[in-house]
Amino acid sequence: MAYFRSHVLISVDPLCVEKGAYELMDALQDELVKQGLVDEVQVLETSRIGDPQTAGPDLMVYPEAVHYTNLTVDDLPFLVEEHFLKGRVAEQYIQETKAVADEELSAPQAKEVRIVLKNIGEIDPLNIEEYIARDGYLALGKVLTEMTPEATIQEILDSGLRGRGGAGFPAGLKWRFIRSAEGEQKFMICNADEGDPGAFANRRVLEGDPHAVIEGMIIAAFAAGAHQGYIYCRAEYPIAVNTMKTAIEQARSFGLLGDDILGTGFSFDLEVRMGAGAFVCGEETALMASIEGKRGEPRPRPPFPAQKGLWEQPSNINNVETYANVPQIILNGAQWFASLGYKKSTGTKTFSMAGDVKNTGLIEVPFGISLREIIYDVGGGIKGDKKFKAVQTGGPMGGCLPETYLDLPMDYEALAEAGSILGSGGLVVMDEDTCMVDIARFFMEFTQDESCGKCTPCRVGTRRILEILTQICAGKGKPEDIDTLRMLCDQINENSLCGLGKGAPNPVKSTLEHFLDEYEAHIHEKRCPAKVCKALIRFEIQDGPCTGCTLCARNCPVDAISGERRQTHVIDPDLCIKCGICEQLCPYDAIEIV
Amino acid sequence: MSVAVKEGQDARHLVRDLVKEMGHEKAELIPILHEINGALGYISDDAIEELSEQLKVPTSHIYSVATFYRMLSTEPRGRHVIQFCESAPCHVAGGRLVWQKLQQELGLAKGETSEDNRWTLLTVSCLGVCGVGPVMIVDNDIYGNLTPEQVPDILSNYE
Repeated sequence: MAYFRSHVLISVDPLCVEKGAYELMDALQDELVKQGLVDEVQVLETSRIGDPQTAGPDLMVYPEAVHYTNLTVDDLPFLVEEHFLKGRVAEQYIQETKAVADEELSAPQAKEVRIVLKNIGEIDPLNIEEYIARDGYLALGKVLTEMTPEATIQEILDSGLRGRGGAGFPAGLKWRFIRSAEGEQKFMICNADEGDPGAFANRRVLEGDPHAVIEGMIIAAFAAGAHQGYIYCRAEYPIAVNTMKTAIEQARSFGLLGDDILGTGFSFDLEVRMGAGAFVCGEETALMASIEGKRGEPRPRPPFPAQKGLWEQPSNINNVETYANVPQIILNGAQWFASLGYKKSTGTKTFSMAGDVKNTGLIEVPFGISLREIIYDVGGGIKGDKKFKAVQTGGPMGGCLPETYLDLPMDYEALAEAGSILGSGGLVVMDEDTCMVDIARFFMEFTQDESCGKCTPCRVGTRRILEILTQICAGKGKPEDIDTLRMLCDQINENSLCGLGKGAPNPVKSTLEHFLDEYEAHIHEKRCPAKVCKALIRFEIQDGPCTGCTLCARNCPVDAISGERRQTHVIDPDLCIKCGICEQLCPYDAIEIV
Repeated sequence: MSVAVKEGQDARHLVRDLVKEMGHEKAELIPILHEINGALGYISDDAIEELSEQLKVPTSHIYSVATFYRMLSTEPRGRHVIQFCESAPCHVAGGRLVWQKLQQELGLAKGETSEDNRWTLLTVSCLGVCGVGPVMIVDNDIYGNLTPEQVPDILSNYE
């Protein structure tokens, strides 16, 4: 085997590819040839390095773990000469804030535990040997040669692993159900339809460590007695789809998928199925309908998938993160896993943080960490040092929690009690400039749009809520609206078929509970306290700070601003469409929203 | 032969080739529709009819599936398709202003195609790159950390 003294990992996630990661990779290879280093330095692909705010393309050199970013092809001759020929770090291309191999965000070291994200950014996901070198497929070998299916199920049960897709159902129990179910064939399905806006942990695992998911699925299949599996991935993740396909082929060629796996007589094969842009397909019965080539509409349960699932056969559905935990539990033991976490939520959870926090990105921490620790210690607090207003947990079906909930320990039960959900671990942080009525309206727009239309409470109910919220934001709210909204929320929640409908009212319900004063200000005083709702605000140019630079007037799309050069300008309220462009552009902060 | 007839035949050829390659299983319907959508830009009536014959499923079923999924279109689209992420993380990161600017620059509302057939303006659900929101995709190019001022420059890259 060739020996390389240096390994260069180039990040080929969507944004870096867009910024020319592949061109950079080719140019780097050429430059290494030119400088005679091609036998000493190996260039490899990896998924995201560094936090997502970096300019990209990113490049990581091992063993020194030097992280270069924002490179262009023109930088390479110098960089290669400095780093690889002369052995000096080219300081000018170093990522400033974070020096070493922290993939996305790094929680304070004492708090972070990486199980699911262990290999992300550390290995070449397209090379199975790198996964194997980090104990990959060792757990599979152990299960197939030393353990019975029942013992495997018991191990997962003892670990306390719960479904990471949101519902939090014990994974081992699910596997036991399908093991004892009767059917011609049993199916193992991976839900990789990560549709929650703001959640991207599954994408990172699929793109960065595909074999962890595959290995977890084979182990689950062995435990459950399934011989065919499907990974249902959303079409919005093209790189994840391709990475999984390549990984499956490699696993097959290594005898880890297909007939007679590792010579043990156990057979299991996998296929990737792609969604086509329908949020509801993340719901398990809708997902199965979609794999069968139908409209992704949920159906009532029971029968549960473990009894009658894909093609009416017993099927098991877990999500990406759940499967990715499995090999580590087998390797390190149920006790180790159960010792992490909080109360009934064992192990770790990934959280994707977005919105108005300084550091956005992905972390993996044991359950029980507080929202405050996540937002302030890990996320670095609110952008622009503004005031925290709310955090929405668990995607569009989750609730918005105010500051009083910041010390809540993150686990399935605590969040449910607070009127929200853990969901897939998405956290959208909002600062004081966010209008909670507008946000509720926004989420309702999403669920109303994504409702598959099968059952009336969800299809019509979400539309009614959206109409009322739109009226309130437009300054046409009526006093009785609040009671109507509450009634609709309960009706939709109680009478909808699937999780989408049941969860749809959560953003409205939680904002009504925690931010009622904002609803009332909109309805009774026709005032938007956060100054967001267009119908309830006016833009005015302040006499003092305005220097008459004409920048706003030149950029106003409807020519509503007039005034002489070096004189205070005026906005004509009849023409103004309140687009806010002038306020954003003004270098003197002379434009005020009243 | 008129252009429309020729296009119809092309669509039918395409469908036959795809079915040959991907198989007659009903479960292949969505993957095949993906391919058709990619090749033609949308799923034409001719394609639906041919697929119905090939897979032995009613056209109504194919139509119901094709209209259910957001990434499949039964309407012709413009030369360049803009997909703007409408999800909450992009929204709170300033997406609203970018979306306004986009609509203004193009003179289009959500779902519309320009008369000169240059643009189709769509929204898309979360692309999972929320750390760099607001985000949009033009054809296959992804743009992150968008501001309203960048919009005209980006659009001018596409003929």
